[in-house]
Amino acid sequence: MQDISSAFELALSMVLGGDADLVEIVALSLRVSLSALLIAVVIGLAVSATLAVTRFPGRGAILVLLNALMGLPPVVVGLIVYLHLSRAGPLGFLGLLYTPTAMIIAQAILITPIIAALSRQILEDLHDEYAEQFRSWSLSWRAKVGALLWDGRYALITVGLAGFGRAIAEVGAVMIVGGNIDHLTRVMTTAIALETSKGDLALALALGIVLLLLALVINGLAMTLRMTAGRLAYA
Amino acid sequence: MLKRVADLATDAVPGRVAITARALTYLQGDRTLLGPVDLDLQGAGRVLILGPNGAGKSLLLRLMHGLIAPTSGTVSCATPSANGPGRATQAMVFQRPVLLRRSVAANVDFVLKQGGRRRSAERDALLARVGLDGFQRQPARKLSGGEQQRLAIARALAVAPDVLFLDEPTANLDPAATAQIETIVRDVSEAGTKIVFITHDIGQARRLADEVLIMAGGRIAEHGPASQVLGAPQTDAARAFLDGRLVF
Repeated sequence: MQDISSAFELALSMVLGGDADLVEIVALSLRVSLSALLIAVVIGLAVSATLAVTRFPGRGAILVLLNALMGLPPVVVGLIVYLHLSRAGPLGFLGLLYTPTAMIIAQAILITPIIAALSRQILEDLHDEYAEQFRSWSLSWRAKVGALLWDGRYALITVGLAGFGRAIAEVGAVMIVGGNIDHLTRVMTTAIALETSKGDLALALALGIVLLLLALVINGLAMTLRMTAGRLAYA
Repeated sequence: MLKRVADLATDAVPGRVAITARALTYLQGDRTLLGPVDLDLQGAGRVLILGPNGAGKSLLLRLMHGLIAPTSGTVSCATPSANGPGRATQAMVFQRPVLLRRSVAANVDFVLKQGGRRRSAERDALLARVGLDGFQRQPARKLSGGEQQRLAIARALAVAPDVLFLDEPTANLDPAATAQIETIVRDVSEAGTKIVFITHDIGQARRLADEVLIMAGGRIAEHGPASQVLGAPQTDAARAFLDGRLVF
């Protein structure tokens, strides 16, 4: 087993030198997580906007369920997606198991409730503030939702970043449905788990550094957005 | 419930604003917050609604504007350009302006766009009318209280309303900002828009009102021409309010 300092040196040189394996794993991780985020944002915002501006029987139960789903265990999501996509499962004919698409599906399922629940709260608070003015203008449902999404855009982007952070750092679900296949479904988290178990700390550390940098960039972006919105009084 | 124009009281004069309430009542649980109220507000001009807190002024305004539905009775607002019960020819300015989290220009543009119009010249003219020319790119929520209220009025005017409801628009403003709002309201009124304006300020009522409506305990205590109601009130409740005595 490499000693930690030499592993760290090697990791840094891999990051700075743009090691081909490292770049491939990072690129796949980004592709999977950004695709999952896109799907989650589209579904999550539609659900949250509907819940924020509409009152209907059973809405309370849906809110409880949505909030509960924020804590979905990744391995359970992985297992459910696996059961559906495996050859014996209802969607087995699609042949998606152990592909990046399966990983995108699992991550999207995992973060959609997070995006929906957090943005629902933001949009509902905004709607409470605007509701009387909206009624005065006799706005259509579509115009209301459009105005809420636009005016809540800074806070919603922060929610998106939180969702992305959750997706990119997730390991359990993608391990189950992706299988951690080299050059096909190996992403940062699964690679770190594998390389650590093999004792190849350099690649694991290099990926860890990239993950930490990503976390730093995401948090930095979120903070900058909040500050910009506050400064411009758009928050 | 709001009535359609076709169902309006027969004394409404075509081509004029006619706000009519019949046995209008609003209850919260078992508690009567308003009514029964019978009211006719005809033609242009400025109606100032006065009364102590809890008298039902804001509630009456919201019922007239159709923001809330009455428990019983009817209220209708017929305007020269209205074809239905819609609020398209009415606008309301709230005590605390609800401004969108956008620039000054975007706030007005939003309303113009809902009406199928989005001409920057029209927006700039509206802003100039309320003294906010040059503020277009400023964030709306960074304006001072008086400026925010003037923006809310500009936005209300973007609807091209026949009736403008104002719920204590100067309640939190200093005398200079109040004077600016009063000038705008006078200007809008003289351009033909009916004004229904809530205030606690008797001096403001004397300056602005053509008609005065004094409310107490959820009912209309007195309603008539400003000179008559403010000069020689006929009811004890109106006299007590105007004398500065406590009215509940």
